[in-house]
Amino acid sequence: MSPQPTIRIQIADFDVAQEIAALSAGRNDIGAVVTFSGLCRGGETTALTLEHYPEMAEAEIGRHARAALQRWPLTGLTVVHRVGRFLPGDNIVLVVTASAHRQAAFEAAEYLMDFLKAHAPFWKIEEIAGGRKAWVAATAQDDDAAARWDDQPPSQA
Amino acid sequence: MKVKYFASVRERVGKDEEMLDPPSDVRTVGELIGWLATRGEGYAHAFETRHVIRAAIDHAHVRPDATIKGAREIAFFPPMTGG
Repeated sequence: MSPQPTIRIQIADFDVAQEIAALSAGRNDIGAVVTFSGLCRGGETTALTLEHYPEMAEAEIGRHARAALQRWPLTGLTVVHRVGRFLPGDNIVLVVTASAHRQAAFEAAEYLMDFLKAHAPFWKIEEIAGGRKAWVAATAQDDDAAARWDDQPPSQA
Repeated sequence: MKVKYFASVRERVGKDEEMLDPPSDVRTVGELIGWLATRGEGYAHAFETRHVIRAAIDHAHVRPDATIKGAREIAFFPPMTGG
């Protein structure tokens, strides 16, 4: 039976170690845990603000989490996406996948991030030096990254 | 039906949601976009590059040829940039 995914959209920061511990506590069937953290990148950007469509974001992440659980033999799955205003270095998104073996955990984490980028209803507005604000443009690479999962047979890890 | 706008579409339209009752010959998402674009300058600006505007009906992505019949909530927004 597939585990229940943990999905949270929140303003508060997350603690990667705590999220791993929550997935693996009291279990002996996990051989691999993969985490992906997405951070606010600096440079030109002085801050990012994330807007979202709450009901749809939960529905969309839930759909892709269930798809990942069907496609790979995962023993645990956590997705945390933050909203609000972020400074360079701040955490924005976390995906944690657990499985008996590493390949499923790696692939499922990548699949979920590709779908979050291309299909989850979040939008970033960027502040640059001088206080100017502009919506971040979506990239074709993100769409391509999500699309490549369409025709791949699921791997058996 | 309730119509919601997000990100740059919301800014251009000037509101985040409204209740609308489009004419009966507006049957698809694409036709609804065409009708919305006639509702004023902000709407025209929001929907001017309509091929890039994404839509969702009742929290699921839909294509422009999707029917709006029975929809409770339709949302319009630019391509997503989360993660």
